[in-house]
Amino acid sequence: MPIKPAPDFSWLKPDPHGIFVEPCNAWIDPSKPVETALVTHGHADHARGGHGAVFATRETLAIMNLRYGGAGREVTVPMREPVELGCGVTATYFPAGHVLGSAQILLEHAGERVVVTGDYKRRPDPTCEPFEVVPCDIFITEATFGLPVFKHPPIAGEMRKLLDAREQRPEGCVAVGAYALGKAQRVICELRRAGYHDPIYLHGALEKMCGLYEELGVPLGELRSATGIRKDELKGEIVLCPPSALNDRWSRRLPDPVTAMASGWMRVRQRARQRNVELPLVISDHCDWDELTQTIREVDPAETWVTHGREEALLRWCQLNQRRARALAMVGYEDEDD
Amino acid sequence: MRAFATLVDRLTYTRSRNAKLDLIADYLRTTPDPDRGWALAALTGALDFPAVKSSTIRNLLTERVDPVLYTLSRDYVGDTAETASLLWPAPEGEAPTDEPSLSEVVDLLRAMTRGSVMTELPKLLDRLDADGRYALLKFATGAMRIGVSARLARVAFAQSFDVPVDEVEEYWHGVEPPYPTLFAWAADGAEPPRTDLVPLFRPFMLAHPLDETVVTMDDYAAEWKWDGIRVQLVHVNGETRVYSRSGDDISATFPEMAEALDFPAVLDGELLVRGAHQGGPKNEKTQGGAASFNALQQRLGRKTVSKKMLKEAPAFIRLYDVLLRDGEDLRELGWAQRREHLELLMDRLDPERFDLSRLIEAGSFEDLAAIREGARDDAIEGVMLKRRDSPYIAGRKVGLWYKWKRDPLLIDCVLMYAQRGSGKRSSFYSDFTFGCWDGDPDKGAELLPVGKAYFGFTDDELKWLDRHVRQNTINRFGPVRETDKSLVLEVAFDSVHESKRHKSGLAMRFPRINRIRQDKPAHEADRIESLKALVRD
Repeated sequence: MPIKPAPDFSWLKPDPHGIFVEPCNAWIDPSKPVETALVTHGHADHARGGHGAVFATRETLAIMNLRYGGAGREVTVPMREPVELGCGVTATYFPAGHVLGSAQILLEHAGERVVVTGDYKRRPDPTCEPFEVVPCDIFITEATFGLPVFKHPPIAGEMRKLLDAREQRPEGCVAVGAYALGKAQRVICELRRAGYHDPIYLHGALEKMCGLYEELGVPLGELRSATGIRKDELKGEIVLCPPSALNDRWSRRLPDPVTAMASGWMRVRQRARQRNVELPLVISDHCDWDELTQTIREVDPAETWVTHGREEALLRWCQLNQRRARALAMVGYEDEDD
Repeated sequence: MRAFATLVDRLTYTRSRNAKLDLIADYLRTTPDPDRGWALAALTGALDFPAVKSSTIRNLLTERVDPVLYTLSRDYVGDTAETASLLWPAPEGEAPTDEPSLSEVVDLLRAMTRGSVMTELPKLLDRLDADGRYALLKFATGAMRIGVSARLARVAFAQSFDVPVDEVEEYWHGVEPPYPTLFAWAADGAEPPRTDLVPLFRPFMLAHPLDETVVTMDDYAAEWKWDGIRVQLVHVNGETRVYSRSGDDISATFPEMAEALDFPAVLDGELLVRGAHQGGPKNEKTQGGAASFNALQQRLGRKTVSKKMLKEAPAFIRLYDVLLRDGEDLRELGWAQRREHLELLMDRLDPERFDLSRLIEAGSFEDLAAIREGARDDAIEGVMLKRRDSPYIAGRKVGLWYKWKRDPLLIDCVLMYAQRGSGKRSSFYSDFTFGCWDGDPDKGAELLPVGKAYFGFTDDELKWLDRHVRQNTINRFGPVRETDKSLVLEVAFDSVHESKRHKSGLAMRFPRINRIRQDKPAHEADRIESLKALVRD
């Protein structure tokens, strides 16, 4: 396969603090306060407070409001509807399948097309719209799980493990560490799909976000607060909390808990051991290796830029497959808790 | 293989020692022979398949996966077997159906040669899923590293069948994987494995720290506590073996000792090398004649020993006790009677290779204290007190033997974590965090960190420690590695104080690594209570 000619794209400036769209003075997912921010999704490393104006989906704006309170000018961007940013730049948001409201942003300028994925996944997720392949010249992708050792198993098997652990422990409980935005709600929805309709108990840090999901039309079934109830009442139950709470004093209130964690990192034993996890659940809101490479093949861009993650390996794959690629060395994007 | 893979998987994620014991015990109870025997061999590190090396696995992988992607993956995962288990390209189609049993795996691995391994091992890997591949590769390379020591596995065996762990230890060295006679004895009540045909290790009798106890010299005899390594010399059926504290066969390291006993006996003593460091040159008054521990250490850990070394640092044993002699078991006798037997034996032993540990003549405990204080010799560790009527009992029984170490304060800790140093030590793991047991390690106690030290060792010891850390890492936390907690470090320190900042509630002043105790098994390291007893706030 011949390598396509290198595109020009001087109007787009990758910067350690975000991707700068020069003609309209706008930034995508900036890690510092700016005048105009285009935000792909509500995770704290992509959506920060303090911007002048924020362009995002309805759901992402609602999530940002919940986390930071209203700030600056909010522009709701509906999916698949182009928005003029001025000076000949158009932005169109497409579903990214990462968390509720998550979007990829297609930027068009002078006949050139760039897609910025933010974070994305290809697996079905009952809490958000699935990823869409958007043809483009430059595909700016993440590579959180960009190593061939990462292969996320089907989620049904992971749910089975979780439900089995609960059944084996009528006198204890299962404490599941899950990222507060997205992962927690996805785990709840998948538990419901697996036929589990008992109340699910929540750490205080998850309650507001779950409430917002329900307001935005994602039913989660019966949820109860794990705060302020007797230890005995949690026997035989599933309790969700942020990963940081698993090894924290908070977990002392739980009756003989099995420590579970829902994360793509759980695929690697030593990573699970580092977190003192006893029941690793390999559940990720990012693409695994096969999905990353499949997506690059499907999008088939002239050039692939890699924002963050294990970019070295993905660049190597691009090289082996005669695809032009570069790493952007972005700062501030975290991957610890997926 | 499925049950074994599940066991390995669950052990990997289980932190509590009791839970690990339960998992292993359950497995041993419910798994048929000979699979469970092979599993026990794997957990105790008794297996070796020479055709399968870490480099074999790497070569297999790089034939199938881009070498750069393999290296990036290996660096990230930090373990060759795990990387391979995850990267192995699964054969087309459904999940594997003809999964092999553990004993079939053993047969196939044994049949592999350096020539055939590159074609045979892949066939085996294709019949397993990722967890199975991981367990297989760990098993095949003989490096399980799942936080289970050989001792823990033997304790689990004893727990599984409700037999005394000391008996398991005693039979252990006379049986071979997959241990049919051991299982028949423990599980089905058959006769125990024969112990009279091979030179078996008998578990040592050990001493408690004296602490505040005062004893009368009418009931107790005193000896110097020599600073070498405790060994057991066993001769049966024309064969002699030298065993270390942990029951490892170190005959090859000390061939002169393995040649020095030619009648059936089991002797207990301190292995030393000739010199004048401890108690001066050989003499009537202080006995003397032994080099420093450091001199002995040059000879430890070698699989072969040069003629030069045998000449320059010849070993001998300073005898403490006799357990068996000419087929007669003396262990039930009181110490004083055994001592008489031991004294009578000396005529039959080569004085170049053996001497008798001298008794300290002290009329009273106060006299003994004065003699101990007066021993200005840095090298002598202290004194031992042995109850005159005490039988030889495996393990550490209260009131029979005491060790009364001299200053500085010393405690045996287990290495838990290591961190790279900075400056000229930047490539070395040179900051060591060590811990003591919070109770009886055989009854589920855990290690709690008690301190951190980054000096006290020589450059050579630092190199050795660095290698130990790299080869025995079970976890990484950024710059810190967690080790498999198998290494005992003798830590010297000036004082110890209560501290709320540490989980153990204790903080040491000026702790330093006094000595690397390769000879001492981790479960015999000191307990928190021993350290607490030294608090003088």
